[in-house]
Amino acid sequence: MRIPILKLQQYLLISVQVDLDDQTALQFQEDLLNKIHQEGSAGVVIDLTSVEMIDSFIAKVLGDVVEMSNLMGARVVMTGIQPAVAITLIDMGIILDDVPTALDLEQGLEKLQQELEE
Amino acid sequence: MSVQSSVEVHTEWGIVSARQAGRNLAKEIGFGSVDQARVTTAISELARNIYLYAEKGEIIIETIEQYHSSGAKKGIKITAKDRGPGIKNIREVMEDGFTTSGGLGAGLPGVKRLMDDFDIDSVVGEGTVITAVKWLR
Repeated sequence: MRIPILKLQQYLLISVQVDLDDQTALQFQEDLLNKIHQEGSAGVVIDLTSVEMIDSFIAKVLGDVVEMSNLMGARVVMTGIQPAVAITLIDMGIILDDVPTALDLEQGLEKLQQELEE
Repeated sequence: MSVQSSVEVHTEWGIVSARQAGRNLAKEIGFGSVDQARVTTAISELARNIYLYAEKGEIIIETIEQYHSSGAKKGIKITAKDRGPGIKNIREVMEDGFTTSGGLGAGLPGVKRLMDDFDIDSVVGEGTVITAVKWLR
């Protein structure tokens, strides 16, 4: 299974519609970095509205992809994290340091714009 | 009568199947969305540990009931069983941030915090049985 990555001007948009299994998550990491490289994207929004569970492995993969993208020069914002997912992550003691987040896709794009203007 | 399902874990897909079985049962018993996520996440961590460290094992998910003077309470019980290498130092694996796999080290202490009851029984060279229970409030 591959997660589709859409291009919108200088941004990449990803809406994760399934609960991620390990392989899909790792494949996504690679696909996203390749796409950033190909398109020369300045910013990425990863929307997690439909994701009902993030365990420690998936959290690590997502946190890593944000750092990897930053290394390449692209900013990433994660949006739409569900209440149950936020509660579970904190229960587990997982803190996604330095990961910019926003409530939804719209605010995520705004946040990206702000970050890129700085 | 208790509902029980057992999922064999020897591939990454076993992790996904165990997760789904857990979510379905949690929903059926009447857990809200947050506790459903807690139970599903706990199963995911336990199943991944089996896959990573023991290569194969089994996740058993069942409903349980406990009777008190004030009435009965219902819950979901997860048992993760393997015949892997066992855990040498249980105190160490229960520490936040301890990892031998390059992960976040949030797995087992995380499961303990997500669930209400938690127990590890492990014999080096023989295997590990971990049980975790979430009670319906």
